[in-house]
Amino acid sequence: MALTDLRKLSYPFSAEQITPLRAGQFVLLNGLLYTARDRMHKYLFEGGKSPVDLANSAIYHCGPVVIRKDNHWVVRAAGPTTSLREEPYLPRIIKEHGVRVVIGKGSMGKATEKACMSGGCVYLHAVGGAAQVLADKVTAVKEVYFGSEFGPAEAMWVLEVKDFPAIVAIDSRGHSLLKVVQSTSRTQLRKLIEADRFEA
Amino acid sequence: MKKHVLWEASLFELIRRTSVDLPADVEHALRRAYKNEKKDSRARWVLDTILENIQKARDNDAPLCQDTGSLIFHFQVPLGFDTNFLMAASRMAVARATRFGYLRQNTIDSLTGESCATNIAHGAPTFYFEQCARTTVDVHLIMKGGGCENVGRQYNLPNEELSAGRDLDGVRRCILDAIVSAQGNGCAPGILGVCIGGDRATGYECSKAQFLRKIDDRSPVKVLGRLEDRIMKEAKQLAIGPMGFGGNTALLGVKIGALSRLPASFFVTVSYMCWAFRRRGVLLSARGGFKKWH
Repeated sequence: MALTDLRKLSYPFSAEQITPLRAGQFVLLNGLLYTARDRMHKYLFEGGKSPVDLANSAIYHCGPVVIRKDNHWVVRAAGPTTSLREEPYLPRIIKEHGVRVVIGKGSMGKATEKACMSGGCVYLHAVGGAAQVLADKVTAVKEVYFGSEFGPAEAMWVLEVKDFPAIVAIDSRGHSLLKVVQSTSRTQLRKLIEADRFEA
Repeated sequence: MKKHVLWEASLFELIRRTSVDLPADVEHALRRAYKNEKKDSRARWVLDTILENIQKARDNDAPLCQDTGSLIFHFQVPLGFDTNFLMAASRMAVARATRFGYLRQNTIDSLTGESCATNIAHGAPTFYFEQCARTTVDVHLIMKGGGCENVGRQYNLPNEELSAGRDLDGVRRCILDAIVSAQGNGCAPGILGVCIGGDRATGYECSKAQFLRKIDDRSPVKVLGRLEDRIMKEAKQLAIGPMGFGGNTALLGVKIGALSRLPASFFVTVSYMCWAFRRRGVLLSARGGFKKWH
């Protein structure tokens, strides 16, 4: 997959933009992202009311470092956090709120693949640890919800981004880029285990 | 009172630098990995982003990764040195680095779920002290994020699933299995710290102490050096690649140590460190004044 195969997406993320995407493609996101991680997912899963309309939105699994400067918020670091922790909660949130894009890092389970299929949603993988490159794509912090209740890392930050880069890890057909790599590595592992013994 | 100020300033600078400035040996290994990946590949795109990120963190004087991790301090001090004082000074430096945004408010009360504003809490940060015949103080700081901490593993040989017996080939099988289990989830390409032997607690401790070693060194124990080389070669064939997107680079290094064990236990403990391998060391005078960076 060459970098020339790059799709630009912009908020609100319509079905027309999202469903043609295929696992392995590069994308650049524009417009609003809502950060949400462990506390926020549990809250929404348990029926808590979302402070924003999540239909056709993008949820970003991220606990940013944000500081207050000259009366406004500045994002100091904003890379993705491991998404698998949200696997028990995410499918219901995608379904009930009509979330169209989930951004995070790491492999996801079957339930998220299914939710992507039935909800016309995609799971995008950002580069883990790239907190500065990704913070630089944030053009403004629009709002923060649950800041005092959940703490700054767990709060919902409304971020405006420009050309935020990611790779399609699960597409809306349920195809997973990481699963292909995983299965190759497992085959290789069986071979290597049976290879020459390591002797002291 | 004055004593605190100098120590706190030196330790604050150690934390700042660890958070924003990746060590040269790690960056060099990432550059080498970049060259080993195909043009226009996903692997190269990831490594390119990583290299850009390293530079930006330095330029912006901001945390390389937002998960500023567990803080692990290793001190080597003169005989009879007041280590309680060093802990107090370090805690003050941590609280200050948190206020300045070099550390995220990253410490959670496990019972109430409350976030701690200073990162000073029960069990945080972690300190190790070693008293030696010396007149200066050596401090190494490692910051290890939660994503990579979660993919660490401990095996107890024999392991039927891997047909791994109680010998070094059994150890090799466990390490390869740990790499495959981790995939890209610990932010590959990472570095493995391995301990052969010990108990459940010292196994992890020793595996993490391996992260004090430079990426390109080789275990001085000959057989462990050979095992490190072998794992590096085989890890490449797993084709996991940066972030688990596929490619040649799954690991930047493997560091293996060993401890004695009980007859009934044979632990193989694998700790994973993400590519954002924040490790810095500084030599300080006995009064806390800066002497040199390691």
